[in-house]
Amino acid sequence: MSEIVPPEVRPKPVVPAKPSHVAPHSSGPFVPSPQGTGGEGRGSALLGYIGIDTIIEQMRKKTMKTGFDFNIMVVGQSGLGKSTLVNTLFKSQVSRRTTSWSRDEKIPKTVEIKSVSHVIEEGGVKMKLTVVDTPGFGDQINNENCWEPISKYINEQYEKFLKEEVNIARKKRIPDTRVHCCLYFISPTGHSLRQLDIEFMKHLSRVVNIIPVIAKSDTLTLDEKTEFKQRVRKELEACGIECYPQKEFDEDMEDKSDNDKIREAMPFAVVGSDKEYQVNGKRVLGRKTAWGVVEVENPNHCEFSLLRDFMIRSHLQDLKEVTHNIHYETYRAKRLNDNGASGGNRKNTD
Amino acid sequence: GGYVGFANLPNQVYRKSVKRGFEFTLMVVGESGLGKSTLINSLFLTDLYSKDYPGPSQRIKKTVQVEQSKVLIKEGGVQLTLTIVDTPGFGDAVDNSNCWQPVINYIDSKFEDFLNAESRVNRRQMPDNRVHCCLYFIAPSGHGLKPLDIEFMKRLHDKVNVIPLIAKADTLTPEECQLFKKQIMKEIQEHKIKIYEFPDTEDDEDSKLIRKIKEKMPLAVVGSNVVIEVNGRKVRGRQYPWGVAEVENGEHCDFTVLRNMLIRTHMQDLKDVTNNVHYENYRSKKLAAVTCNGVDATKNKGQLTKSPLAQMEEERREHVMKMKKMETEMEQVFEMKVKEKKQKLKDSEAELERRHEQMKKNLEAQYKELEEKRHQFEEEKANWETQQRILEQQKLDASKTMEKNKKKGKIF
Repeated sequence: MSEIVPPEVRPKPVVPAKPSHVAPHSSGPFVPSPQGTGGEGRGSALLGYIGIDTIIEQMRKKTMKTGFDFNIMVVGQSGLGKSTLVNTLFKSQVSRRTTSWSRDEKIPKTVEIKSVSHVIEEGGVKMKLTVVDTPGFGDQINNENCWEPISKYINEQYEKFLKEEVNIARKKRIPDTRVHCCLYFISPTGHSLRQLDIEFMKHLSRVVNIIPVIAKSDTLTLDEKTEFKQRVRKELEACGIECYPQKEFDEDMEDKSDNDKIREAMPFAVVGSDKEYQVNGKRVLGRKTAWGVVEVENPNHCEFSLLRDFMIRSHLQDLKEVTHNIHYETYRAKRLNDNGASGGNRKNTD
Repeated sequence: GGYVGFANLPNQVYRKSVKRGFEFTLMVVGESGLGKSTLINSLFLTDLYSKDYPGPSQRIKKTVQVEQSKVLIKEGGVQLTLTIVDTPGFGDAVDNSNCWQPVINYIDSKFEDFLNAESRVNRRQMPDNRVHCCLYFIAPSGHGLKPLDIEFMKRLHDKVNVIPLIAKADTLTPEECQLFKKQIMKEIQEHKIKIYEFPDTEDDEDSKLIRKIKEKMPLAVVGSNVVIEVNGRKVRGRQYPWGVAEVENGEHCDFTVLRNMLIRTHMQDLKDVTNNVHYENYRSKKLAAVTCNGVDATKNKGQLTKSPLAQMEEERREHVMKMKKMETEMEQVFEMKVKEKKQKLKDSEAELERRHEQMKKNLEAQYKELEEKRHQFEEEKANWETQQRILEQQKLDASKTMEKNKKKGKIF
């Protein structure tokens, strides 16, 4: 497992996250390109090609070499398809699979936190993916405060990072175990959010990025889906719960319009599967029932591909940044204030 | 011997029952959003729950309620009074400890009512409101039973016929469904939960049918009353982009099995088991508690330890009390009416007073007006008189002067 460092996360990098515009080796080296991307604010005509724009390529190379890590937490009652979904998202067996539920693994009496890490590679880029599972959440008869162990875990990760940062002799690359994204699984009742859902999201939306998803959505017809989503959105608004992407962190109009589109489509109604079936001559991931095959990646059937594109292909870096710049900073400010108020070093009492 | 004719007895029983009509009470329990209302609508082909009278899941409850709705269904001359007992709020709170207690209380209270009715001397009308069957809805997690499911069924299997169902079964593939069913049955056995068991029969055909049903337990159901066209046929089902899940298709779900079992073949047996097993359990426990103590610890009204005379005395007392109550009620009503009438009379009296005043005022005003007019008239009269007098005087003067003049002028 390689030592990984979050690439230039603090302050917010000036270059875009997607290295879509790869450095133009090809463009004529002597064309004075008045690009002026953040350096000297004046769009002055350069007298020759300097090569500032190759920084994008350098960053890309570095990222590829060091890789990066991403921590995702899945929360929801048992049997909502969390593990299957995570496996489907990352197209590999990264989560403990519990379809062959042997009752040796009884439902735990309290919420447990179990994390599993894997390194997956794609296109030369290495990612250390950590999936944090929360078995036992919402499964008991009395679920009072079952979000507390989760909240504690998240704060513990912030504390670990803070301690490393505050050290006199710091490690070159601080290992990042903070939870970048929390997928919250909503049961597809078709009616409204459960009390437990609201309580959880109220307590944790200010601490971590929450992305709510409607689990096992192949149980809802299209009409039921639209109605349910509308109702869920209304309820979230009414309770003042802000899920990722949060409105307050939209930076410019482009961001806002992109994110607005996403916010309109949330929560995503997903279906997960790791089995393939033959449909119209193609092999697709899906679930086979007696009346048809639910295709996981078909946008007419469910919104899995939307979720995947959103989470991984466009907003992965942003998730990490918001976690670092906002959630972590909030925690840090609070901790340092508390420390200052009580005067002197204080042991971690979280 | 010859033909006696008692083979006709079943027909007689049948005819009598049809005349009397049937009663059946069905209880549905499960978390909200599991399709209970839809299933009830589908089973009985009615809209017991609709947009105007939504099912329990649409009515958000803070605590568990137990509500009943009655519907009268007629088919082929047979009349069924169906009572559906809902439990909105079950399992929906964050803390669901004891959410089964209201359900247990309800079932017990119905047993108690029946016990009392049975113990009376006058037993002419004995409605049977006991819960004959409880459909328990299990969420289709695909894993196993939840702690709440186990707890509920353990507490209720001695009081009512529990039939567990897998709700919204169209969310499971056939393999997942099989595994899930096996897991559930395993756990039911582990926890020694006694779900409703189909009675064995000697009839070969029936026992084959029953064995098939037993293999499918717990039944995986899907409900819908929406009619969709599939390959030229009209079926009830749920329309998805990838196909139509048909409610009455045995390959898709066990709805028809449930319906046939519940309504067409085992309704009477459910009632019998309720009467012979669950009710008797309740009764013996209740009575044992009473006789054990010697002193009546419970506030039970109809006790069988009393002699019929005492029972009659008791009933007489009840009747007298009832009469007294009615009397007091009537008195109260009478008082109220008297008060009302008094008030009304007072009101009309006040009204008359007012009018009287009003009229008096009017009269006075008129009087004044007339006075004024008279005064004016008097004035005018006085004026005129004075004027007349002046004229008279003038005339007199004039005639006087004329006389004088005449006298003076008489020389000529």
